Amino acid sequence: MELPPGHYLATRAAALAAACLCYRRGSPGRGLALRAVRRASRQDIDGVGQKYHLELVLEDLLDKDSTVNCTAEVLYHLGNNIPPDVQFTIEGELKNAEEADNIFYNRIKSLEKELVAENIPDSHGNVSPEMEPVHLLAWVASGYVIWQNSTENTKFQLAQIKHVKQVKRSDEYLEFDYTILLHEMVSQEIIPWQMTVLWHPQHGVQVTQDSRQPEHASE
Amino acid sequence: MKFLLVFAALAAAARGEQLFVGDQVLRITPSDEEQINLLRALAEHTVVQVDFWRHPTSPGQPADLWVPFPGLQAVKVFLESNNISYSIMIEDVQELLDEEKKTMMKSKRINRSTSTFDYASYHTIDEIYDWMDMLVDDHPGLVSKLQIGQSYENRPLYVLKFSTGGSNRPAIWLDTGIHSREWITQATGIWTANKIAKEYGQDPSITAILDSMDIFFEIITNPDGFAFTHSSNRLWRKTRSINASSNCVGVDPNRNWDAGFGGSGSSSNPCSETYHGPYAHSEREVKSIVDFILSHGNVKSVISIHSYSQMLLFPYGYTTAPAPDHQELNELAKKAVGDLAAVYGTKYTYGSIADTIYMAAGTTVDWAYDNGVKYSFTFELRDTGRYGFLLPSSQIIPTATETWPALLDIMVHVLEHPY
Repeated sequence: MELPPGHYLATRAAALAAACLCYRRGSPGRGLALRAVRRASRQDIDGVGQKYHLELVLEDLLDKDSTVNCTAEVLYHLGNNIPPDVQFTIEGELKNAEEADNIFYNRIKSLEKELVAENIPDSHGNVSPEMEPVHLLAWVASGYVIWQNSTENTKFQLAQIKHVKQVKRSDEYLEFDYTILLHEMVSQEIIPWQMTVLWHPQHGVQVTQDSRQPEHASE
Repeated sequence: MKFLLVFAALAAAARGEQLFVGDQVLRITPSDEEQINLLRALAEHTVVQVDFWRHPTSPGQPADLWVPFPGLQAVKVFLESNNISYSIMIEDVQELLDEEKKTMMKSKRINRSTSTFDYASYHTIDEIYDWMDMLVDDHPGLVSKLQIGQSYENRPLYVLKFSTGGSNRPAIWLDTGIHSREWITQATGIWTANKIAKEYGQDPSITAILDSMDIFFEIITNPDGFAFTHSSNRLWRKTRSINASSNCVGVDPNRNWDAGFGGSGSSSNPCSETYHGPYAHSEREVKSIVDFILSHGNVKSVISIHSYSQMLLFPYGYTTAPAPDHQELNELAKKAVGDLAAVYGTKYTYGSIADTIYMAAGTTVDWAYDNGVKYSFTFELRDTGRYGFLLPSSQIIPTATETWPALLDIMVHVLEHPY
């Protein structure tokens, strides 16, 4: 069944697909976000779940004029006991992020003290240029958390990095311990989430551990 | 002997005023210990106050000496006759003080007019209340400020009224900041209110609108929440009312209206961000608008501004059934988002709340619509999630600028379609 591209079912599935794609292809030097939904259709599969076929436009967060088309298939499993399946095909090439990645990698590797920061962006939406790759890394990594926890009734976005702390490693990987705030659009809740993120320019981003944190409801 | 001369000259120059006209500060560089001793003696034995702003310490290190005007000549003669090198660092101390004072006054004055207010920054509740008074001052006869009630924590609920006269003219209601964390909305509200006031008499559309209709604009619709986003939790959404049965604070003011109240898309859990409250209109912030609009009796449009998602929405949220005026509202929304996109290319989606974003019961626009206000719209401003609620202040003016033609489209349509 064809969906109007502006229908909430289409936009939720699209947001999920974009998050997953960003996780698999993103890095501190390359963040991707959903620009538009061109087409969407939904299919109810008896005994299995709901399958979406999507045609999306994605944009490069570091260069808004740079967009790329992609098709994606999203399968929400019945009962939502397992994370949705997401498959995608990107048309054309993504911008090369090697230089930006290496600059960030070397910068962190040469720090004398482990990086620590909080409230990115700040209340006024500011992200300092030095923190931009740290922000992007969280954006990419949160794609994993979003992917693993999405259903047809949720739409997650990264709201803010509350706290980030670099964890010293003896190998070549960089490790960061993030506490992020996820905004869930349908319930409007702000959900704190902890995630441990591993990254290396040649090995991509990996979330090795994550856990939902209790909310401070009365604050 | 030399000392006595200097003392005499300085004594003659003694005066008791505190003015600094003509006073100078000399930068003196003693070349040896003897000159340092001479300088120290000069400061100690004088009748007229000279004062080291920087004391002589060692040869070659500069010392700064403040010398009142009457003693200038004597001191210079003393320095020259002792071959102590110096230069004039400050030619006239009073001039410098006057300059400083002017700069300070100027910076205070910067916030004294709406034309110099910094629209490109996020402001505190007090700054916005001050700005409101400035707007009224700057546009007497067009803008006035009303108080329609008080918040839970007793903050005033102010509404700006734009009117060129008449009596109970058909009116348009605008509100921003009902969800306090949506900072781009209050910021857009300020810019827009200023724009309305500025453009009356200049822009044909807004002039035509205000010549026949009134505009009521509530910019800080949830002041308690807004204050809380500044003091404690930037991502606070609800009001700050205490819930009888729970530790959790606050009610979602956009689920508290009497339209499908308590239905799908609102929560009965006080800890939830979409908690609808104990009963419809339980929140003072909501009740005061309800009372205002009902007693006014001639409101033709309600436009409630939120963020984020880049959407233009209309009723219903509490049901999937299309509103009777769905087609007309849909067409108008389509036109408005087209004109919005024409400014910077920002893409909005549009449609009924239930189709486009989610089921939501007890919303502002559903209540307005069901109470006879046909042209009821909700904006969800920038962005689509990249920054979300934490939209950089650099996007305030672009957001407000692109939203303006969309607002005008709606208001012009209301003007041209009286009912």
